[in-house]
Amino acid sequence: MKEPEVSLELAIQHGLNEEEYQRIQNLLGRNPTFTELGIFSVMWSEHCSYKNSIAELKKLPRSGGRLLVGAGEENAGLVDIGDGLAVCFKIESHNHPSAVEPYQGAATGVGGIMRDIFTMGARPIAALNSLRFGQLDKSRNRYLFDGVVRGIADYGNCLGIPTVAGEIYFEDCYSANPLVNAMTVGIVKHDQTASAIAQGQDCPVFVIGSRTGRDGIHGATFASEELSEESEHRRPNVQVGDPFTEKLLLEATLEMIREKIIVGIQDMGAAGITCSTTEMSAKGNSGMVIDLDKVPVREEGMTPYEIMLSESQERMLVVGKIGNEKRIREICEKWELICEQVGHVTDEPTLKVFFQNEKVAEIPPFDCVLGGGAPVYQREFARPAYLDILQNFDFDKLEAVEDLQDAFWKIFSSPNIASKEWVYEQYDHMVRTNTSIFPGGDAAVIRIKKTNKAISVKTDGNGRFVYLNPRRGGQIAVAEAARNVVCTGAIPLAITNCLNFGNPYKPEMFYLFREAVAGMGDACRVFETPVTGGNVSFYNESPESAVYPTPVIGMLGLIEDISHITTAFFKKSGDLIYLIGKNQNEIGGSEFLKEFYGKIAGDCPQLDLEYEKLIQNTLLEAIRKGWVSSAHDISDGGLAVALAECCIMNKINPIGATIKLPDANTRPEWQLFSESQSCILISISPDFRKSLEQFFIKQKVKLQYLGKVGGSHFIINDWLDIVVNDLLRNYYQIIPDQMET
Amino acid sequence: MKFGVVVFPGSNCDHDMYHALKILAGNEVQFIWHQDTSLAGFDGVVLPGGFSYGDYLRAGAIARFSPILQEIIRFAKKGKIVLGICNGFQVLTESGLLPGALMRNQNLRFICKHVYIRTENNQTVFTKGLKSGQILRIPIAHGEGKYYIDDHNLKKLDEHRQIVFRYCSPDGQLRDEYNPNGSKASIAGVINKEGNVLGMMPHPERAIELLLGSADGRYLLESMIG
Repeated sequence: MKEPEVSLELAIQHGLNEEEYQRIQNLLGRNPTFTELGIFSVMWSEHCSYKNSIAELKKLPRSGGRLLVGAGEENAGLVDIGDGLAVCFKIESHNHPSAVEPYQGAATGVGGIMRDIFTMGARPIAALNSLRFGQLDKSRNRYLFDGVVRGIADYGNCLGIPTVAGEIYFEDCYSANPLVNAMTVGIVKHDQTASAIAQGQDCPVFVIGSRTGRDGIHGATFASEELSEESEHRRPNVQVGDPFTEKLLLEATLEMIREKIIVGIQDMGAAGITCSTTEMSAKGNSGMVIDLDKVPVREEGMTPYEIMLSESQERMLVVGKIGNEKRIREICEKWELICEQVGHVTDEPTLKVFFQNEKVAEIPPFDCVLGGGAPVYQREFARPAYLDILQNFDFDKLEAVEDLQDAFWKIFSSPNIASKEWVYEQYDHMVRTNTSIFPGGDAAVIRIKKTNKAISVKTDGNGRFVYLNPRRGGQIAVAEAARNVVCTGAIPLAITNCLNFGNPYKPEMFYLFREAVAGMGDACRVFETPVTGGNVSFYNESPESAVYPTPVIGMLGLIEDISHITTAFFKKSGDLIYLIGKNQNEIGGSEFLKEFYGKIAGDCPQLDLEYEKLIQNTLLEAIRKGWVSSAHDISDGGLAVALAECCIMNKINPIGATIKLPDANTRPEWQLFSESQSCILISISPDFRKSLEQFFIKQKVKLQYLGKVGGSHFIINDWLDIVVNDLLRNYYQIIPDQMET
Repeated sequence: MKFGVVVFPGSNCDHDMYHALKILAGNEVQFIWHQDTSLAGFDGVVLPGGFSYGDYLRAGAIARFSPILQEIIRFAKKGKIVLGICNGFQVLTESGLLPGALMRNQNLRFICKHVYIRTENNQTVFTKGLKSGQILRIPIAHGEGKYYIDDHNLKKLDEHRQIVFRYCSPDGQLRDEYNPNGSKASIAGVINKEGNVLGMMPHPERAIELLLGSADGRYLLESMIG
């Protein structure tokens, strides 16, 4: 077997630059072999090395609170929830594969993040996602949307993990480059966690799960470049998922970890065997000897390069404890999984890879990996000129709205506002019988069996706000996600994040990234919600445009007592409706500005993080006192849309409301559709009126009485008067009408 | 009464059913591995939902050849109780223990939501705690739940009162818009002629706690437990 000659030119074709190629030559003291070049090129790709982002990410608060395992230490973070239990959660992107092959791209995105969780020993208990597409009037966008939803559904449903929450937006900038971010939440007993570590001379190394094929070679590299006309040819780089095998792998993995017969385990995601062997060795400060002839393959004639770089799905690398080889094989046999010993661990920290009795690679693992020898860059940044232009947009020049009801319908009919029922009814969101608040609420609530607790989870991110003001937009992303879980009765504990941005080599783009991350850090420090880990997805650009800078936050909250679980919809005729917080008539970046005037401009809403925290704590206290019948945060579409949603979110029991807003020295439409932060709608029984009002005065939190629940109409002043059933029909029909015709 | 919950590779509602039976009766319940060949000591067996063997070929098509299924067929012939939910129902029609077949949903999409079903026969061991015509709110979660049977056999089903549940509106009307998957005659669950094998697409085990949205599934499982 003759491997191609390695040269600088070949290295550049592999996405490395000259400096990086020299670095490899220096590390090895010689020219790399072809297989070694492949290994370095994927390990130093943006996707695996975070070389352009890690310097910024390190500025985020990554420890403290209830964190047991912090960001970067393992495949996912671990957060203590008491009772000897920990929650393990992480979000990851699969944008580029989904852009060219939506079904498999999304499905394998789900599969990958599931493995990140169960490789820690945690049983996945919930899946979430965050999706962005272009507008649905284009057939290509409908195709992508439909394919992604089916991909997520088929994978998660078959696996038996409920998909419980998410968010979806449609915006032109995502047309050529949709965003598909998938999150998994798992639960594990403190003493049953596993580590992605290789240690102990002669400990056996197994590959278990699917056979290794030629699919997905250089998937990590594909994720680290911009989409282009040629991207269509990248379709063979997209992996193919098999959720049934994943289900078997899940059960087998958890069984092995429970029986404490393994030293370490890591899933094979990006960069396959390469990534798992180098990272596990590096973590244990050890090495491995790997014989590629032993790796079960799908087809004949695969080269060592291909075997090392394959991203075939549903595989795990397991380092067994000596003497437990038989038991490891038995468990795999029980679950009908292939299990092959491919090598052993060495104390000498060198990864040696053999193929047909020939050494094809010999490298120091530590030098390959993030946190080790992988390059770290501080990119240049420059404030984009567009920010000042957009932020100084003069709203007074906008023509006033004449017919408020007409304006309301325009906004309420936006697919961004409409119910996503069409989507989540395709996801099994109830399996495992823990889902207490279903998709469609502020956040999903999952009760924890054998305890009196529940967790609340939500994904959130507003690309428009970050585009208009990256620093504050980053803060808002965290604040809103926290507010969402608080509305369900939970205290925010920690976040994971998925940062979807453009090309980091463009200084303007890197400025947005840097500022948004800083904003997230500001908010996380105030809310005491450390970052447990996450994922960066750069290069979300196509020849036409870049996506909005879109950080997506995955928030975890804890409900200490299931009797505190609170839903968003109005419950009972006669209940009183209040607004917590101050509506500041801000329409910059709002759905109203987009839908009514066709503009995305202005500054994003103001945010006082300390006040936000006070509001959240005060609401939580009121919920715990048992005063709150419903709580819903005000976001897209503003006050009017939030009120309407409270009337109809309980589809089988819609109810009206009559609202009287005070005269304000501003346009009524700004009052109705402002997306001011730190605003929450609650309803309470009249019995609690006094106690609630006094409590809020004491807390120095603004509380404004708005009106009453009841009747069959949704009425605001003499501005809006709509039959609730019309609201309902519209809300649930918008997306099906676009997709099923 | 001692119940077994069968676990196939790919079953994923097995733990939910186990949990439900534990809560409702605290009675003896045990998992049964698909490779097992004995049901000695069990009074009833539940085939849970999920994707047995990945639902390759057709939902339930491979599970019917598993070792435990041969024993379940003998068990059923002896008149013991067998309940198949969702994928379990598909296995029961594939194995011939129940008539008819389950096809892809009318809209060709997976559907997960609460639906209403009407009790058509409360004279069975599974429904004796229900009122005739009682309406239950219970979740469905399936991609292949469109029940099909030819007209001749449909008539026979009717004559023998083998249709146990039909999809309906909240007030019990049979209308197309309340038939979520396009099932023939809105059929949601059928029983064998002998009255000891019931298959249904809706998931009663998901509806036993109000915390999760509905407790209507209790009526059915409690009847079965006896």
